[in-house]
Amino acid sequence: MFISSQDSPATFQGFTLVMPAVAVGNVGQLAVDLIVSTLNMRRVGYFHTDCLIPMAGNNPYASGKADAEELHTPAEGGTTSQLQVLKSKFRQQLKSWIKASGFSRTVVLSSSHAYQRDDQQLQGTSLRYLMTPSLLAASADALKELGWREMERIPAFPGVDAEPRLCIPGGGITKGLYTDGCAEDLPLAVLLLFCSEGDNIPDAFALVNHLNDWLHLEEPKSKWKIPTSWSLLFGSGIPPALF
Amino acid sequence: PVSNKSEVFLLRTVHLHWNPEVSELLRAGNKVQCSSFILAVGHNAASFLSVYILASANWDAVGRGVAWNERSRSGTGPSGEGSACVFYRHKDEPAVLICHVTCHIAEDQLFQWTEKVFGYLQTRGLTVTVLSDSSVADYKTADYLCSSSAPFLRSLRSSAFSDQPVCQSLEQPNIITGLPAAVLNHCQVHSIAAVVYQCYSDVTGPDSITMDKYKPVLTKLGRSIQVDSSRSTDVLRNFVRSSEIQSNLYI
Repeated sequence: MFISSQDSPATFQGFTLVMPAVAVGNVGQLAVDLIVSTLNMRRVGYFHTDCLIPMAGNNPYASGKADAEELHTPAEGGTTSQLQVLKSKFRQQLKSWIKASGFSRTVVLSSSHAYQRDDQQLQGTSLRYLMTPSLLAASADALKELGWREMERIPAFPGVDAEPRLCIPGGGITKGLYTDGCAEDLPLAVLLLFCSEGDNIPDAFALVNHLNDWLHLEEPKSKWKIPTSWSLLFGSGIPPALF
Repeated sequence: PVSNKSEVFLLRTVHLHWNPEVSELLRAGNKVQCSSFILAVGHNAASFLSVYILASANWDAVGRGVAWNERSRSGTGPSGEGSACVFYRHKDEPAVLICHVTCHIAEDQLFQWTEKVFGYLQTRGLTVTVLSDSSVADYKTADYLCSSSAPFLRSLRSSAFSDQPVCQSLEQPNIITGLPAAVLNHCQVHSIAAVVYQCYSDVTGPDSITMDKYKPVLTKLGRSIQVDSSRSTDVLRNFVRSSEIQSNLYI
């Protein structure tokens, strides 16, 4: 499933894996775009699998003409020294690969439907986190300092079934990855935002800034670099004859 | 009627049928020698190759692909009738393979098709050229394109492709999808030299002007095979099928 490219490190042992879940507003994916683009990460491999719909294009993170013509595929891994960034959308193969690679921790960036919040979730920040027990042990102090809110367990069907459960509507494979992580004792965290479909660029910035508060990928005040692939997100230019 | 998911899964399996000679070769555990694989995806791309290359009558049909899905026409059932995916090999240059794909290959079949086809080919020293039809409606640009700029050609190539494409590269944020993307992904991941020439047209059906746009590619293909670039656009028009009765809604 994962095929290394030429500059791949020999092992991912000790690396932190940051990956998006395909979820409402594609916020996780946009956030990962910002990380790859800003940190100038280089590709270390491809996820070559029938789980992904094929697509290809030139370098979405090109900074100039020199690197503009480099082919990119649906799911690739990029790296700076100790951080591995991944774009993909499937669970089983992922879980096996994560376990086999020996990442010190995995962070899943995701989102959830804002309209499905219950009364208590409507108040305060729209950021939520989840951590598997093994990562919680190591990160308890950092979490306390950050003051993040854990994703609440709420009744799935209020009035019918009052049992509080973990629900992440619109989160794609997020909940599955988290429950797998708990079951298999993987050090895994989920960072998500409540949002709606639309222009989710501000949500991506918010999410990546929160992640940065924890992982310190970039200087706090520095700017995130928007990749060229974000141009024309809402279609081509408008024909003048329309007016 | 289909009773369960696994039956549907079996029906949607991609099958490749080869002629006796090639089947024998593959049965013996060998792979098909191939230095140049030319794939045409779409009616205009396929017709272009038919006129300029296949018309020389130096080609044998050596194989057929069947990928049954929800868009398959009746008469091209899973049993494999119809000729929407055909492989041709040059009689004098057997290392040159052409494939026409004019049927729809569904998203769940793309990876399978590609892995199966390339699984049969000897890929060392292989160069893959893909001609692909596309709609200009799928092309994103900041300056609105007036209709006179279509059709036009754009290219995308794998890292292993060292030659110069015959047209400019596909600009961000545009991407390619479907079979051309599946083939290009495979070649990228397996370090095979490959180039996709995507022709963006404002005409949805077979069109001689669109077909003509692929002409610059002949200069590259002509290195390994004989091409007949003297063919005129009139010959291309003969390949344009007249509209079918059921699609006269927009006449």
